[in-house]
Parts: sequence; C-alpha cells; structure tokens
Amino acid sequence: MRIPLSWLREYVDLPATETGRDVQAKLIAAGLEVETVEHLGADLKGPLVVGQVLTIEELEGFKKPIRFCTVDVGRANGTGEPQEIVCGARNFAVGDKVVVVLPGATLPGGFSISARKTYGKTSHGMICSSDELGMGDDGTHGIIVLPPETEVGKDAIELLELVDEVLDIAVTANRGDCLSIRGVARETAIAYGLPLRDPALLDVPGPNAFGYPVKVADPAGCDRFTARTVTGLSPEARSPIWLKRRLQKVGMRPISLAVDVTNYVMMELGQPLHAYDRNLVQGTIGVRRAEEGEKIVTLDGVERKLHAEDLVITDDRGPIGLAGVMGGADTEIADHDDLEKSTGDVVIEAAHFDQVSIARTARRHKLSSEASRRFERGVDPQAAAAAAQRTVDLLVLLAGGTAEAGVTEVVAPGAPHTVTVAADHPDKVAGVAYGRETVVRRLQEVGCDVYGQDELIVTVPSWRPDLTDANDLAEEVIRLEGYENLPSTLPRPPAGRGLTARQRLHRRVGRALAGAGYVEAPNYPFVSERVFDRIGLEAGDPARRVVKLVNPLSDEEPALRTTLLPGLLGALRRNDGRGSHDLALFETGLVFRPGEERRTAANLSVDRRPSADDIAALNAALPDQPRHVAVVLAGAREQAGWWGKGRPADWADAVEAARTVAREAGAELGIRKGQYGPWHPGRCAELTVTVDGAERVIGHAGELHPRVLKTLGLPARSCAMELDLDALERDGTGAPQAPGISTFPVATQDVALVVDAFVPAAEVEAALREGAGPLLESIRLFDVYDNAEQLGEGRKSLAYALRFRAADRTLTVDEASAAREAAVAVAADRTGAVLRG
Amino acid sequence: MSAPNKSYDPVEVEALKPEEIERMRDEALAAFAAADSLDALQEAKVAHTGGTSPLALANREIGALPPHAKADAGKRVGQARGAVNKGLAARQAELEAERDARVLVEEAVDVTLPHDRVPAGARHPLTTLSERIEDVFVAMGYEVAEGPEVETEWFNFDALNIGPDHPARGEADTFFVEGPQGGTESGVVLRTHTSPVQIRSLLDRELPVYVICPGRVYRTDELDATHTPVFHQVELLAVDEGLTMADLKGTLDHMVQALFGAEMKTRLRPNFFPFTEPSAEMDMLCYVCRGASVGNPDRPCRTCSSEGWIELGGCGMVNPRVLTACGVDPEKYSGFAFGFGIERMLMFRHNVEDMRDMVEGDVRFTRPFGMEI
Repeated sequence: MRIPLSWLREYVDLPATETGRDVQAKLIAAGLEVETVEHLGADLKGPLVVGQVLTIEELEGFKKPIRFCTVDVGRANGTGEPQEIVCGARNFAVGDKVVVVLPGATLPGGFSISARKTYGKTSHGMICSSDELGMGDDGTHGIIVLPPETEVGKDAIELLELVDEVLDIAVTANRGDCLSIRGVARETAIAYGLPLRDPALLDVPGPNAFGYPVKVADPAGCDRFTARTVTGLSPEARSPIWLKRRLQKVGMRPISLAVDVTNYVMMELGQPLHAYDRNLVQGTIGVRRAEEGEKIVTLDGVERKLHAEDLVITDDRGPIGLAGVMGGADTEIADHDDLEKSTGDVVIEAAHFDQVSIARTARRHKLSSEASRRFERGVDPQAAAAAAQRTVDLLVLLAGGTAEAGVTEVVAPGAPHTVTVAADHPDKVAGVAYGRETVVRRLQEVGCDVYGQDELIVTVPSWRPDLTDANDLAEEVIRLEGYENLPSTLPRPPAGRGLTARQRLHRRVGRALAGAGYVEAPNYPFVSERVFDRIGLEAGDPARRVVKLVNPLSDEEPALRTTLLPGLLGALRRNDGRGSHDLALFETGLVFRPGEERRTAANLSVDRRPSADDIAALNAALPDQPRHVAVVLAGAREQAGWWGKGRPADWADAVEAARTVAREAGAELGIRKGQYGPWHPGRCAELTVTVDGAERVIGHAGELHPRVLKTLGLPARSCAMELDLDALERDGTGAPQAPGISTFPVATQDVALVVDAFVPAAEVEAALREGAGPLLESIRLFDVYDNAEQLGEGRKSLAYALRFRAADRTLTVDEASAAREAAVAVAADRTGAVLRG
Repeated sequence: MSAPNKSYDPVEVEALKPEEIERMRDEALAAFAAADSLDALQEAKVAHTGGTSPLALANREIGALPPHAKADAGKRVGQARGAVNKGLAARQAELEAERDARVLVEEAVDVTLPHDRVPAGARHPLTTLSERIEDVFVAMGYEVAEGPEVETEWFNFDALNIGPDHPARGEADTFFVEGPQGGTESGVVLRTHTSPVQIRSLLDRELPVYVICPGRVYRTDELDATHTPVFHQVELLAVDEGLTMADLKGTLDHMVQALFGAEMKTRLRPNFFPFTEPSAEMDMLCYVCRGASVGNPDRPCRTCSSEGWIELGGCGMVNPRVLTACGVDPEKYSGFAFGFGIERMLMFRHNVEDMRDMVEGDVRFTRPFGMEI
C-alpha cells in the first residue's frame, strides 16, 4: 500500500519537521513493514508554471510532426512576453492550459532545461507531459492539458503537488485495515500519541424504504449491502487535479470521474465500492451463489465460467458482477470517450463479503483485484455506509449530481466480537511487567472496548477482524510498548543428548569423503522419468517407481529422484563442461521411493492431538525417504607432476569410497561382483550388509557403463558409487571392542597362489584367513599377476603377505609355516588355488 | 708355569718409556687432525688404535714388566690411549658434522614445489554452515530433529494454523504431489519449510521440547540470482512452561553472538505468521559496519545496503492453536520458534553474489570452503 505523506497528514497532525524516513521508522517499530520511502520531486527545480497556448505553427520537412508554439506564461518568464517553445506532441490546441518548464529549471532525473536550438528554431523551455514530471501514469502519455479555469503563470509544482513523500508498505495478510489511508493514519496516530481525525466519521442518513431494491440471498457470504443512488452526473465532469494526483501517488491510473471517485474512497477508507450505471441494471440487485455453468464477462473483458461457490451480484438477467472481486462489463459506467452511452445515473454498492469466499473466488479465477485483496484480508464492515456516503458526496461535489434520498442497507444480524483475556496475559507472553493499566490503555488505543479487572472482556473494533485470540491482544500490547524494549533472557533447557548416531554418521561420512578428495555437490531432486532409460535401468526396476509433482517447475522434470546418480552426474558434466576434468564429487541426500500401494493423506482436525492411528495413516501416505550417499569420479584421481605419473580414477576408487563410508559407519560391508544398469557389467561391485540376520544389497560401485556415459555425454571411464546410508547405519556394529596387543615378534610369510582368472580375490583371501587360524594377525594382497606364458591361459597369480603372531610366545618358524600351509590348503580346497612354484 | 721374571730390566723396554708413549700419543693425535675425511680418519684409527698400533703393542709389553713398574707403565699407556680415543671421537664428530653439513646441503630440495597429487576435497558450505548453527544450539541443550521432505499437508500446513484457504497453499508457492492414479489431490506436498518437523517433535517427544530443525525445503520459485526452488532452513522450537518473548530475544541474541561475534545483537519488528502469535521479523546488526554506514554516505556498506541491519527471518511465540493441534495444553505451556534460510546467511556472511553458485555444484565454488565454516 502506497501512502502519500501529504494525505496522511490530513488525518494526523504530524509535526511539520517529520520526514518520510521518520514516519517510516515509527511505523516499522509498530509493525508495518514500510519497505521504501519515495521522495517525489526530490530533484525538481522550477520555474515550472501554467501557460496558455497562444499560437501553433506546424513545422514541415522533419521526420515527425513538430510544432512551434508561443505560450503565455504571465510574468513567470520575467518579461511577460509569449514564450517560444518547440514541441513534438500533438494532443493540445490553441487556448489550452498547459504546464511549461522554463530555462533554468531541472526536471526529475536531473534533466536541466535551457534555451536551445532545435528544428531550426530556438526553444525556450518545454511543454510538459506527466512522464516528464514523474507524476505516474495518467493514461494519455501526452502533454498535460489543465482545466480551462487554471490561472496562467501559477506555480505548477504546487498546483500538481509534485513534491511529496510516499511510503510503500507491505501489508501483512492479517492487516486488511492498513490497505487504506485511514488504517495507516490510525497506526500513525497511535505511534505518535496524536489524535486521529477519522475520515469515516461522517453523517450518514439511516436506511429507508426508497433506496434501490437489493435482495441478499446469502447473508453468510454478504452480511452487509449498502446501495445509494446519484443522478444527473455531468458527462463533461472530470476528476480534479488533486484527486488524480492522489490516485497517481497511490499507484492507480485515473480513468473517469465516477471510477476515480470510487477508487479514491476505497484508498481513503479501505472499503471497495462499485458504481453501476443505473440504467443498465435491470430490476433488483441480488447477492447469491452462482449456479454451475453460469457465465459473466468481467470488466477486464474476460468471459468467466462461474463455480457454484462463487458469490455473484445479479440483476433480473443474471450475474452482473463477481462479488467483491470485479464488476461485470454489462453495467459498467461509460468512459468519457463514449459520452453518448453515458446516462449520468449511478448506483453505488458498498458491501461486505466473506473473506474466505472472496479469496477462493479470486484464486479460482486467477483474478486478484484491489477489491479482492482487501476483502481477503478483512474490511471494516462498519465503514460501508460511510464509504457510500463519501462517494455520494464527492460525486455531487465534483460531477454536479444529485443524491437521491433513498438509502438501502441490508445488514445481517451479528454481535461485535469479544475476547476474554487475563489482564496479565501480555506480561506473561512478553516476559515484561506491563501492568493492567498499560494493557488496558494500549488495547483502547487500538480501538477496543475493555471491561473487567483481572479478567478483561475486550470488544475488538470492527476494523480488526484479525483480533480473535488472547495472544492477538497480547501482541497489540507488546508491539505498541515496543518490541525493541523487550529484555533479552535465556531459557534453561534440560540437558540434551547431543546428535543422534544417524546425525553423527551423516557428518562423518561427509568429512571422510571430503578428506579423501571428494567435493560435495548437492543437487535438486527433480528428474525426468526418461533419465532412467539413459542410466540403463531395466523396465521393472523398482527405482523407476517415482513420486510425481502436480506442478513441477519444468514439465521435463516432473518426478522426484529415486537415486542420486542423475543429479550428481549432471554436476559432473557441468564441471567437465566448465573445464574441470579431474573430478571427484559426492552427495548425501534423501531419495523418494513410493510404496507399491499409494494412498492419499487425510485432512485431520486441528482442535486436538491426532490419534496414533491417524498419524500412522498420514505417514503411510508418504514415500520411503532413505538417505543415500553417492560419489562420481572422472579424469585423474592422482595428478601427474614432478613426483611422477598420475593415475586415472578407476572402478577401485569407487569401491574404496564405499569402504570409506562403511568404515565411518562401523559396518561390515560385503563386496562382490555385481551387475546393475548404470554400471559396466564387468566392473561393478555389489555392496551388501547384513541387517537382522538377512543380507541386503544396499548399493553398487565401479566403472559406469560405456553406453550410459555416451548417452549422458560424460567422460569415458567415469566411475560411481551409490549406497543406502540409512541401511548401512543399521548394520553398524556399535562401539568397537579393543583388541589384545601382543608384544611378541611377528612372523611374516609370503604366499603366491595361482587360481582361475574368474575366482574373486575376496574368496581366496577369505579361505586363507579361515585356514590360517587364530595366529594370523593380518593378511595383505600385494601383487596380482596374469602372464599367460608363465601361468597358462585364464589363470592369475595372487601374492599375499601373511603376518602371524601369538599372544603368549614367540612363534617358531615351524609354527608359522604350519599355519601358512593350513591356509593354503583351505584356499586350494575352496578355490582350486595352487602354490606358484 | 714359570716364576715371574724378576730379573727383567725395564730400561730395555723402549716402547714403555714415558717419552716414547707421549710420542705415540702425539703422533696419533696429529694423524687424526691430519685426516681430512672420514675415510682418512678410519685409516688413522686403524693405525693408531687398532690391535697392531704402537700403543696397543706397547700395552702388551706391560705384562713383561716387573710388578713395581707395571702400575706406572699401565697408567701411562692407559692415559695415552684415553687421550687418543677422545681425540679420535672428537675428530670423528667434527668430520661427521662437516659431512652432514655438506650432504644435507646437497640433499636440499625446493620446498615450494606444489603437491596437489590428490587435490583436497570439501564439504558444501550450506552443509557446514547449517552444522555450525546446529552446534550453537546443541551446546545449549537443544537436540537436532529431522523429518521427511515429502510431507503431508496436515503436518506442513493445517497443524501450523495455515488453514485450507491460506494463499501459501496455492500452486503458486507449493509443490503438490500427485495422488494415486495421477490425481491432483493427494494431501501430500514438498515441505515448504522445516516447521512440520516442529509438529512431529511436539507429537513424538516428551515435554519440554527444545529442538533445532535443519533441512531442505521447496517452493515454486524459478532459479535466479536471488531465488532457488530448493533451499535450506534452520528452525528452532522451544516449548516449556513459562517461556516468553524475552527468552526468544535472548536466544536469538546468543545465536548471532555465537556466529558473528560478541558485540552482535538482534532487533525484532512486528510481523504476521499463522503459526506464531505474537510474530516478529528478526534482524541482526550488520556484522560488517555495525550500523556505522547508516546515514553516512562516505562509508557505504554493501552487506546491509547501509541499512545497519540484516534481515534474518521470522520468529514469534508459538500460536496456542498449534500447541492444541499437537495435544499440548496452551494454558500450561508456551513456546517460541524461529526460522531462517541458510542460503541468505551464506550470501551475506561469505559474500556469495549469485544464488546459482550455491546450487550448481561447481567445484571451484565449493573447494575454498574446506571442511568447516
């Protein structure tokens, strides 16, 4: 809401020295979010005067029509001689009163005016348009033509009220009252401790039987309808400068006198109004819900199909307005341009509609108007009669109309709203001892009637429908006493237990991967379902079952991720495209896996705690949302440099990333040969854990499938790992147990075994371990060798270093050798391994 | 066995004469001094301390001396050998030191050579900033609460007193999840704030509840320099007996002091949110100019646009209706809550100028932030 300071001052006697910034600070402290203070005409400097066009000479031979004019500016130019001015606009004639800027002046934007030669003449100033004066839209975009009675030579800066300050307030959804000068003036008056001249305090005649007939069929949707009639409006009457200027300053475009007046009164009092051409309305004005399938063409020229919940204004023919949102085209007051259509008689509607109903209609028709914005946020129902009266008064004054004596007022019975609140409630909410007296005084300032001692019975003012609860009243007291005066104290929470195991694991995994050279790259979860084809998932893969959005940002990506890979590979490609080619990225985040059976979530009540069953039913409507961790690698894992050669990232780095994560989780990770869509079928490890006795595949690691890499435009040999971090955490073995440390010497034995190439090293190692028995301290594979000439086709040699140690003695060579032989025997038995000669 | 040689004439044993022993000693010391390398010293060592060295040979002669002369001669030879060994050790140390100095100089390397064999990794600053904030509250006794990102409307809206007609519940702000068979009414959304975690905390935990709720949230904004449809929030909820707005203010002050320095403070301005009443907008003093740029055109502040304050987020006293929906008696308990976006804080705390830098995963952006923030 834009609030011109000059208009505000009409209702509050602010000290003359107060600037817009001062008022802004006061209002912000009181809770109105004054976003900006615009200083209109800040850099404007005269002379800027009223002139009358004396002669116009059309200059020929230029690309566009140019006029050479003489203009009488009175004594403003010091000589009294006509001012010679060249002008490119054409919407004025000899005899018109115009605004003339003389040499020496500065227009908004720092535009200095001096006499200058142009189009072969010397122009001594300019005839001004509203744009050039920074006045806002007047609908013409041409020269300002002033009313004929305007006095020549008069200072136009004052006449057009060009210097002012305008506060722009972002009004919160609960403060519909502050979508008016009246409401902001009330807050200003309270903030300054000054009296308010309430513009809604008017003498209003009581309702009678002669007014325009109105029938309200839905009193719940419309609890108040005032209708007044003004006849004989002069079709030539125009909005006066002051009215136009105020509308421009609040951001509205002047249109025609009747419309301007209703807009003006809405801005002043916050009451939306509608003016019908009386001769276009047929019969009784009604208010009812629309019938399904009914249609209306609204003022914006759009035909709208109505919904049975839409509240409409009707006449005998049917809907003539979308109540509280926008009027209909059929009964519109004619523009000045259509004088022959104008009848000069208007019916003025000032009604009060249900907030929720208006909000729904506005949203349903995607039609937010000045009226609907106000009704949605709450309009003072008591102001309707005054607003109608103010409109009548202005039309009579400015358009020479006659107010008819008939006053229609349809009012649904209702009692003012009261709230009971303990007198010390605000003190308890704030943690400040305001005392009863202060509480009562502040509530009265807001407009409440307050009775009672310890228990206050508070009748809230009609313009504050948002005050419904005890805490609402507490807020009024606290904000007026000043949020800035609240003390700063600290509560004493009970001792906490710190982060959960899951939270600590999440952090550790991030640190461990970053420590291993990975850079975290969190991605949006939005994916296209086509991406599952691109990463090679089979048709029935459960990861293809997705949660979809009704209103995705992009129709290309309507689904939520079920795997982190698409996003992370996108980040890989982005980095690669930007010239970073040696990449190791990781992400941890939720993926979304809907269950087989989809349910909707019920809407539970909010007046009590839902039952355990209710909560379980809500949760059952949600997909599984496990936390995954993934890494992707491309280019060099180790850089080449002065130290020697580099090393490209390979499948083993991806598997090692899984081990790194599992180590942080304290989980025993199973790694075996696997095969899964995105990965190279020969270079894919399946990652498993055992939870509650059951083995579970929790992810995969290795080199990505060449086809996937090609489809996604990724560097060759890129690698990836993804696993379910939550599943891994459940496998965590708990606190590690300290091993016994023997201080006897170690006995080292090496063994080289030849096996078939397809035998997994992990199986050979497991067999060696088992066979070596308890004396084995550690085992390490230190060489893999596959020379066909020496070993035979399809064979490989695995060389292990075995370290033996006993807890209680120095092992003899015989003991160590015996353990080694036992190990080899089991390996031979299980995997067909033979000792390499 | 023969009897001792009592007739032996010591004079005849030339080698044991005092002047002869002195000469042997001096020759040895001279040879050591003359040795200009460890190898030369080794040769001199063999020559002058080995088994066939003059002093060793002299030592052997002592046994032939009569008993009265043995002690004298033994003492002389022992002293001489002691001096020789000492001299040898000293020269040895000297030459080793010389060699060390030379060799270590030869072994010198260029320590300024880069070593980016495996370039450092890094965690995303949004992650580490969120953790930093969490830790401030964990230290105070709060616990970190988490919840689903795909959430029911009841948890995300209704329980928070955001009624069915609230504008935030429109498709213009909220991502809605398709229902079964592709229907539009599922009662499920992408959470628009982490506030549903507050509701879950109130339902799941014993009172009093003091939790901090970090996490990803979603709103239907297109990505540009200042907006992102997916962003991160940290929210706090405290519900206990007798909590006040002053407690809220103190908690906020403590947080900005922990994150931005001891002199920091916050400012509350009245505002409106459905889930809190009274509600406030919270600002923190600009940690760069500390307000000095206000009305001071000579010292403009980019961080706060010379406003002196930086807008942080929303806060307030938990609306009693929210407590009621969670089965908490609002007559007995009160609470406060606040929430703010991590992206914004990262932007002003670390001079991030474009929101897109935070979401594109460019390693050049993330690397400098390292492990902690």
